Amino acid sequence: MRMQRCKGTQDLSPEEMRKFRLIEGAFRDCCLKWGYEEVRTPTLEYLHLFTSTGTLTPGTLGKVYSFLDWDGWSGERVVLRPDATIPVARSYIDAGQDGGLTKLFYVTNIFIFEETGKETRERWQCGAELIGAGSTTADVELITLALDILKKLGFRKVELQLSHAGLIRALLAEFGLTSQEQASVFDQILDGDEAVFNRLKAKTPEVGEALAPLLDPKGQSAGFLRNLKALFRRDLPEFEPALDNFIDIVDLMEAMDYSYQIDIGSGRGFEYYTGIIFQLSAGRQRVAAGGRYDALIPLMGGQEVPASGFALYLDPLMGLVKPETLDGQLPEKVLIRAGDSTPETIREGFRIAAYLRETGYGAEMDLGTQPTEDVRWILDVKNEAPRFVVTDTTTKKEFKARTAKEVLALLGGNGDS
Amino acid sequence: MGETVTVKIALPKGRLLETTATLLRKAEWGLEGYNQSMRNYRLGSRRFPDLQAKVFNERDIPVQVAVGNYDLGICGLDWVEELSIKFPSSALVKLRNLGYGEGVVCLAASHHQPAPTTEELKEETELIRIASEYPNLAEYLALGLRLRRFSVFPLWGAAEAYPPESAALVLVSYPTEQEVLASGLVSVNVLLNHSAFLIANKNSWEQKDLSEIVGSIEGQLPFTAEIQSKKAATISAEKGYHPWQTDEDTVRIALPDGHQQTHTVTLLNKAGIRVEDYPSENGNRRPGTDLKGVVIKVIRPQDMPLQVANGNFDLAVTGHDWLTDHLTMFPSSPVTELLDLKSGRVKMVAVVSREVPADDIYSLRQLVAKQTTPFRVASEYVNIADKYARDNHLGMYKVVPTWGATEAFLPEDADLLIENTETGRTIARHNLKIIDTLFESTGCLIGSRNETSSLVKQERIESIVGKLRAAVEGE
Repeated sequence: MRMQRCKGTQDLSPEEMRKFRLIEGAFRDCCLKWGYEEVRTPTLEYLHLFTSTGTLTPGTLGKVYSFLDWDGWSGERVVLRPDATIPVARSYIDAGQDGGLTKLFYVTNIFIFEETGKETRERWQCGAELIGAGSTTADVELITLALDILKKLGFRKVELQLSHAGLIRALLAEFGLTSQEQASVFDQILDGDEAVFNRLKAKTPEVGEALAPLLDPKGQSAGFLRNLKALFRRDLPEFEPALDNFIDIVDLMEAMDYSYQIDIGSGRGFEYYTGIIFQLSAGRQRVAAGGRYDALIPLMGGQEVPASGFALYLDPLMGLVKPETLDGQLPEKVLIRAGDSTPETIREGFRIAAYLRETGYGAEMDLGTQPTEDVRWILDVKNEAPRFVVTDTTTKKEFKARTAKEVLALLGGNGDS
Repeated sequence: MGETVTVKIALPKGRLLETTATLLRKAEWGLEGYNQSMRNYRLGSRRFPDLQAKVFNERDIPVQVAVGNYDLGICGLDWVEELSIKFPSSALVKLRNLGYGEGVVCLAASHHQPAPTTEELKEETELIRIASEYPNLAEYLALGLRLRRFSVFPLWGAAEAYPPESAALVLVSYPTEQEVLASGLVSVNVLLNHSAFLIANKNSWEQKDLSEIVGSIEGQLPFTAEIQSKKAATISAEKGYHPWQTDEDTVRIALPDGHQQTHTVTLLNKAGIRVEDYPSENGNRRPGTDLKGVVIKVIRPQDMPLQVANGNFDLAVTGHDWLTDHLTMFPSSPVTELLDLKSGRVKMVAVVSREVPADDIYSLRQLVAKQTTPFRVASEYVNIADKYARDNHLGMYKVVPTWGATEAFLPEDADLLIENTETGRTIARHNLKIIDTLFESTGCLIGSRNETSSLVKQERIESIVGKLRAAVEGE
């Protein structure tokens, strides 16, 4: 009987792991330089952490891996973490933070059931959360950080789409939906159902008529938002705060020369957003998303504190990272052969291997079955002088050396230079 | 039309049996012995010689059809939804509403308190307990209502006995909303109106010719059952129970319904404990007692260990088998056996078809090791069955939960049963054999290892246990 991998899961091969670590490394490096600190939350959380209104949508909750723990006779379920932001917010509250500025980042997996088993059910995210800052500068900082990381990973064409949760809520209220219906429609929009606006428009044509410019809201400038504001100033003053906030952010982004697209209907499956929502795409795939969620921490029993964050999606990014980005990641490799296989030459082999590793080379002992394609140098260890013979596999030339230092000099001095 | 192929259909026992039998009689299937007193669960049809029918507990039918053991099935839509809400990719097709066996699944609370609105439920920050025979639907509803914190108690039955003390809400099914009221409940939210449905396995439906069989039923619809008139008459007057008046000194006891009642009554009589209206002719689930500071509810013995673990009851009369099943799932549960009642002795056994060339679990394991398909273990005791299969290294096994009449699952729909048996006669009659005995089970009194809320209560519990112990030992 052949043992099979669990449906909807993936093995990461050595090559994929190199890509994974490359992305993770670029992400960690940027975050640390930007003053963010790394955290890790548990894989298991209580289900009720995610069920409160304003956390996850029922659509997402219907797909979490939940089960009764070994002491779960009370019926309360635990889940495999279906989202990364909510646990970080929980840990922030748990740690008794005082509402002051906290900048956190994490690399984590999340678990969501996906029916067909074609997509992976365990997904990896690199995320950053900025808690305690509510300014437009904070919003733009996160977008800039995300773009910075993608740039470091060699992505040249990254598309930025902007939406605003406050504006969506104001818009839905305009359709006369009850708060219950509003929530479920918003859920549908955030679950990615963009056709929902069109259905609404069909249902109440007169409101749809008035709101048509917003219902098909695609624009590429702050001017577009100012036009909308001018259009609605008299009829729909309740749109103003959200629009003003949106305009401020977009103004700042224009000052920083960012190109972007405004698309109100874009979004993802969270309903905890209150302000700006952004997503980044590369190669037509969504590779990052985030936004402002000022209500989440108070809703979970924490203090009134503004917060925002984003996550990079490792799985699509791994598929998009170009192979050349990986070049230079691995040190030059030296294969060490202990000529007569006596204990003395083997010992000498291990010794020089250790020395070469310290000086920045990759050094491997020949175990008899070593593939040699990616080996730059072969080092034969003899039990008589000269003890070492170095072969350059590219030129096939041989060099003799008596000491480890001479070997190093022959190799060019520094493996990772 | 191609050659004839065998078509398998799963038919319901219980509440839908008579109406379904009437429908199939009109459809001239010529099913022999499909009635309440049937002894054989496998039926042939005179009209369709290639049709194989088997009778199941209604709740098992959607699962059996979804996994492809049966091409067609007839059961209530409520059980179809209970399965597909949790497993939306189940290979089930709902073919036709058969127009009988109507019911309504609703979230209900005790009628003794103002029913909470859904908005109130949503704002509630304390834990809301929901008890139900439909745990998947209950969870779906709780998530949809955006309850902040809830727990679902899966039940085998007697849900109406739980509110308000043992659970705030129950998700129940009744023929009509009036009958919800009649059982002392008030509906908070109607989830589903249901009736008997003809369902099919998706692959069978797409690939097999089922037209003649389906057509024979279709020809009889809309079908009104002649025996439906009985229904209205059985609605009893509102069960005028009073909610418990309890304080920290009150002892809460759970007594079993069903066939365990006889043993229990004998025992209580011997112990000199008077319990009024138990067993109850009109379905009263709150019998009175002359014991001071004691309140009683009648619930399913299967549900008792979980209820004691949760602190809903202090003492309960159940079986060692159900306690073992509970402790297998929750090893650190506070529930413990206080007293062996030495009644209703059964053996928990592992059973296979007589055709299987294995007479003990070791030879069975060797057979399983050669098998390339999953090994199916059917049981009402899913945790015991799971542990047994695990401990005995039955390879790629899966546990098929059942709701009674498990013997009928072998050999087509399961490979091994974990069952209880008193005499072994039923097992022999179904051409099955016992290959292992797991343990013996008798009735038992269970309680919690957790500290009680007061000394008075502790003394009362000890006094009751003492009386029962004397009664058992006096035998």
